[in-house]
Amino acid sequence: METLTKTVGAELKMTQTMTGAEAVIQSLLAEDVDTVFGYPGGAIMPIYDALFDYQHFINHVLVRHEQGATHAAQGFARVSGKVGVCFATSGPGATNLITGLADAMIDSNPLVCITGQVASHLLGTDAFQETDVLGVSMAVTKWNCQVTKAEDIPGAIAKAFYIARSGRPGPVLIDITKDAQFGQLEFNYEPCGIIRSYVPKQKLDIEKAREAAELINNAKKPFLLVGQGVILSQAEQVVLNLVEKADIPFAWTLMGLSAMPTDHELNMGMLGMHGNYAPNIKTNECDVLIAVGMRFDDRVTGDVSKYARQAKVIHIEIDPAEIDKIIPADVPLLADAKEAVSILSELVLPNKHADWVDSFREMAAIEEEKIITKDLFPQKEGMTMGEVVRNVSQKLDGDGVLVTDVGQHQMAASRYFQFKRTRSNVTSGGLGTMGFALPAALGAKLGCPERDVVAVIGDGGFQMTLQELATIYQTKAAVKILVLNNNFLGMVRQWQQLFFDKRYSFTEMVNPDFVKVSEAYGIPALKVEGRENLDEGLKTMLETEGPFLLEVMVEKEDNVFPMVPTGASVSDIRLE
Amino acid sequence: MIRKYTISIFTENFFGLLNRVTIIFTRRRINIESLTVSESEIKGVHRYTLVIKSEEERVKKLVKQIEKLVDVLKAFYYINEETVFQEIALYKVSTHALKEGRNFERLIREHHARMLTVESEFVVIEKTGHKEETQELLRELQPFGVLEFARSGRVAVSKPMKKLSSYLKEMEEEQLVSA
Repeated sequence: METLTKTVGAELKMTQTMTGAEAVIQSLLAEDVDTVFGYPGGAIMPIYDALFDYQHFINHVLVRHEQGATHAAQGFARVSGKVGVCFATSGPGATNLITGLADAMIDSNPLVCITGQVASHLLGTDAFQETDVLGVSMAVTKWNCQVTKAEDIPGAIAKAFYIARSGRPGPVLIDITKDAQFGQLEFNYEPCGIIRSYVPKQKLDIEKAREAAELINNAKKPFLLVGQGVILSQAEQVVLNLVEKADIPFAWTLMGLSAMPTDHELNMGMLGMHGNYAPNIKTNECDVLIAVGMRFDDRVTGDVSKYARQAKVIHIEIDPAEIDKIIPADVPLLADAKEAVSILSELVLPNKHADWVDSFREMAAIEEEKIITKDLFPQKEGMTMGEVVRNVSQKLDGDGVLVTDVGQHQMAASRYFQFKRTRSNVTSGGLGTMGFALPAALGAKLGCPERDVVAVIGDGGFQMTLQELATIYQTKAAVKILVLNNNFLGMVRQWQQLFFDKRYSFTEMVNPDFVKVSEAYGIPALKVEGRENLDEGLKTMLETEGPFLLEVMVEKEDNVFPMVPTGASVSDIRLE
Repeated sequence: MIRKYTISIFTENFFGLLNRVTIIFTRRRINIESLTVSESEIKGVHRYTLVIKSEEERVKKLVKQIEKLVDVLKAFYYINEETVFQEIALYKVSTHALKEGRNFERLIREHHARMLTVESEFVVIEKTGHKEETQELLRELQPFGVLEFARSGRVAVSKPMKKLSSYLKEMEEEQLVSA
């Protein structure tokens, strides 16, 4: 077979004449890409034609919509730490990438998207499937560029990978005209390691680190916030060293979930709007707040004018634009989180804050009694999202990857899923993209095939990208799909109940038979309507080989609590 | 306090980059009062000079977002007093104005303007200065009949003595750290 005679990487001669399209594939191989999510079309056909000869080196996943490609690539990147790669054609193919690019941008996911473009002589002529993709994607990419000459392809791809994964990661788009794909070049791949206008990491200011250590050493009530930056810089262990040495309670943001074990004795849970009671209240009681790799999203801070005003803030952050953007830092540490925290943990003195740590537990006990017990051991007939999530979490023993969509189920899952391993949480945090989970779970499964991947999705979000069931069927990826169905857009309904006089404007859904839908796609499925069948249903889902969909009917009008209402202070968090 | 800020941005000379820069302003609803782009003292490095009205807190954050762009080398912001700046204005006036004789010529002299060209039907006057000055000349030329008026964006150099090249050197050192 011709496909097997292709040479890659080291076997390739120093330079070799090839088409631009083949150079795209060779460049990806030089970047160790083994998985691409994409969808062919007119303007990217030469690249797909070249790919045909490399099927044994690159697993191309044919999604059913380009948005699915981006979310799959995000899921892949999140669990593996690698760069996610997408292919799409010009025009509608490229515009369908936009939601995923925006999601990856705000959640700092490294992606390289390659779009085909009409031939360069047709640019600006309103040619068939021509869109100004550079212009359209500019606001939602870390960097983008257009290539119109075959010889510029390797350099552009090298730059794209370097930018996507370095510093604060982000999505990058390369638009390649059809004539550049057809053109010939002498292929020679040089990885990019420097761009003169771009400083991905700053040098840590050791004086500032000493200042920070001094603050921590003198703190009576220190509190540390774990953001996704901890995961991105692989700072999990050094953060643990720091908090254990100085006895600092910590909490994670939605994007920081799974960085440390859930059951670590200093882990006080999740911050923010639907986070845990103690960390929100204690934010406004601590004397030193150490924020690591997080950006003070409004869902974390609530009213910023009433956020941690009493505390000295140490902000450890790789992106200079995040310093002082929302919460002014008393001591900014502009650096890679791992580097900064490693040095900090050497500089701080061993310490004990037993009373302070206990005070979190007192608050946790209140939340346990008023909310958690009711969520996990409900006395009512209807099932809660919390009990379903906790059950599946226990069955996975903290080893699974949790992928969530957006809404009530996302918050319930983030609160009640228990983690033991880092990079085990994949969700749409900043953008809140409904429809994220199903394709992201597919990507996550391909990014870590040896792990269990469970996508927890609401009935609303599931229907936004359910065409990817076909992709899951075709790839046979063993994604476990757990649809928590309340026949409502639950989170919007909750807000309507609490803030709009129960005027349930267009939030009730009349849904199709999800089991039949799944089965139509060749994916076995089961519906659980009563608590007595839940355990068995979850077991079947996890034990069935390959993908499986489990629909669980949950209480129709449940609310997620605690809750920091929009515009309120974190210390005004409501328990009911 | 809302006041005028001059933003100087040093960039690579890539197409599309201007768009990347301006959408940062658009997203924050900041109107760009003037904009000029030219090559700087370093070959290949382009200089954007923008003028906006805003508050320092906002400008500071804005400049960080601009500097975050991969193809932007450095970005700075200044109040008027920290820069030396000029604008150029061109006035196309009917040749009839010349018939006004000494009045017209005195006006031009007093404003330190100059006659750029005299055609059969019109003359073009050029004046450089701050906006108030070029505006004042416009006002005084109106009675003679101004056929066209065009004013450039601000060009500005900063008063602080640190050179762009030394900033670039610092960046190079930082890049070695992260490499």
